[in-house]
Amino acid sequence: MNQNTPQRRRERIDRGIKVRCQGIYSLMSWREMTYITAPRAALIAGLLALPLVMPGMYWQRVISIVCIYALLAVGFDFLAHFVGLVSLGGAFFVGVGGYLAAILNTAWALPPIATIPAATVIGATLCTLLLLPCLPLRGVYFAIVTLMYPLFLARVIEALDILGGTDGIMGIDGFGGRWTEQYAVIGMLLIVLFAVRRLVNTDIGLVLRGVKDNDQAIRASGMNVTRYKALAVFITAAMGCMSGAFLVHIYMWSGISQFALDFSILPIAATVIGGGGTLAGPVIGCLILVPVSELLRDFGTLRIVFYALILVAFIVFRSEGIMVYAQRKYHQFERWTQV
Amino acid sequence: MDILVYGTINSVSLALYALGFALVYGTSRLPNFAHGALFVLAGFITWFFLNSLGLPYPVAIVLAMLVTAVIGALIYQFILVRVRGMEISEIIASYALGLAILEGLRWGGFKGMSYTLPVFIEGSFAVAGISVDYQRLLVVLIGAAVVGMLWLFTHFTRIGLALRGMAQDERAAMMLGIDSDRMAVVAMGFGSGLAALAAVLLLPLGNIVVESGYNILILAIAVCIVGGLGSWMGAVLAAFLIGFAQILTVVYLGSHYQMVVALLAIILTLILKPSGLFGRQKELEERV
Repeated sequence: MNQNTPQRRRERIDRGIKVRCQGIYSLMSWREMTYITAPRAALIAGLLALPLVMPGMYWQRVISIVCIYALLAVGFDFLAHFVGLVSLGGAFFVGVGGYLAAILNTAWALPPIATIPAATVIGATLCTLLLLPCLPLRGVYFAIVTLMYPLFLARVIEALDILGGTDGIMGIDGFGGRWTEQYAVIGMLLIVLFAVRRLVNTDIGLVLRGVKDNDQAIRASGMNVTRYKALAVFITAAMGCMSGAFLVHIYMWSGISQFALDFSILPIAATVIGGGGTLAGPVIGCLILVPVSELLRDFGTLRIVFYALILVAFIVFRSEGIMVYAQRKYHQFERWTQV
Repeated sequence: MDILVYGTINSVSLALYALGFALVYGTSRLPNFAHGALFVLAGFITWFFLNSLGLPYPVAIVLAMLVTAVIGALIYQFILVRVRGMEISEIIASYALGLAILEGLRWGGFKGMSYTLPVFIEGSFAVAGISVDYQRLLVVLIGAAVVGMLWLFTHFTRIGLALRGMAQDERAAMMLGIDSDRMAVVAMGFGSGLAALAAVLLLPLGNIVVESGYNILILAIAVCIVGGLGSWMGAVLAAFLIGFAQILTVVYLGSHYQMVVALLAIILTLILKPSGLFGRQKELEERV
């Protein structure tokens, strides 16, 4: 390398306000409190305002679907980036939760307010029990086995012709009105999002991250790795089953298509685009991807090509995602320095 | 008796589906989830050469195999090499590519039942009272020949030995001057070529439909996992295991359960013995 040409590199430095906000002293001034709360408040206010600004019934329905996918995506992100289990089977949770809600609603005529929590808890227990034998697996093996579970259940339902077979279960109650429907989903999404953010910073979250980074160390500390993995899978499954239950009540129909690959792939794409490991990133990813795929609905299957290519482009060229990028810009500034 | 005959045919088809996948995973540790898409793509390329360009059938077949191999190699060279080693990114990226190819074909109008390839030789003959057409006989013969050739190729040629060296110990192979990225491109090319070979052999038995891409991917994964990811002989044996299991379920339970068998095989193998029946590699690493 030529010694005479000045070498420059870009360095990133934390903004002063970010450093000042790290301790209890952030409560000293309004400016710093605003700095901390503004992004969170913007997300909450934005989500709550979305149904109001949507032009019609159709787009309001799209918002509900966005939130359902976002629930799944937050679950995927939690399991993949905080526990180290990559589950390609989001559809499995959706299907189990959806069918449970449908059965509870049609067989015992329970209202949605009862079926959704019931389907969440029962479904999550069921999913955890079914996935329990695969928990010792890691990496690509866990990914493949979870990819196979929803396909397997769909084929079994098809082959045995149970639970309505290929027609599905019809005649399920909807929500009372479209406002109840939307604010129920949005509210649940916000509660789940902030609960999971809090969870990963508690002691259990620390152990879960340990499971991801070095499970032998967790084992050596006398903790049961499988138990913690089961706990994490239960949490993710609960989120997935809840979104499935919401979906069934929104569409008033439950069928094999709830095991379709859409529910496994789109949350993953959203996580990749939004930024893995940030939890809010997947929500933003869903807010972008789902409306885009709705806009492209006229092009038929071309929209799947389109979002598959976006996914490839992001994962290959910009694997950090939007949220990580935005966080960097928010907290740090960059400048060129002489080397 | 017909279980034996059809079981053998089914098993060889499964082995043909899986060999390309096994070759790529075995050498470069890349789970090529675009395998099914390449299979279908090869079928349509052959159809295009045959019907739109009017090439003779053998030329069309050879060209289609070459084109598919080049496409596979290009996909690796320009896209997948960047996520090399990050397993989950590899799976997602290759799966998304496969999805893009399949859905792109569907959007391009390649759907429905109108796309078929002619069989190589018309007619059929009888084995112990069961009529078998010549195409199926050819599938079995060529399938056996491919497995044999692959064995010879990986044991006695320089490229084959380099591929095996990479599968066993990548660092040592690199110290011996084997360029692992270039070898992975070669492996991906060969794997895609094998997918194309399977396509031209097996597609004349039915229609070329986009949906079969997903099923073929699942079958290939099932065979490779049961046999042990990375073990080629294991894959062949697993193909016979699953092939006969499928034919038995069709005979005794009904054809709905055919796919259930493959999925059940994957799940059970992964739970009980994740390295597969014959996989010796990394048995300790994949479990806690």
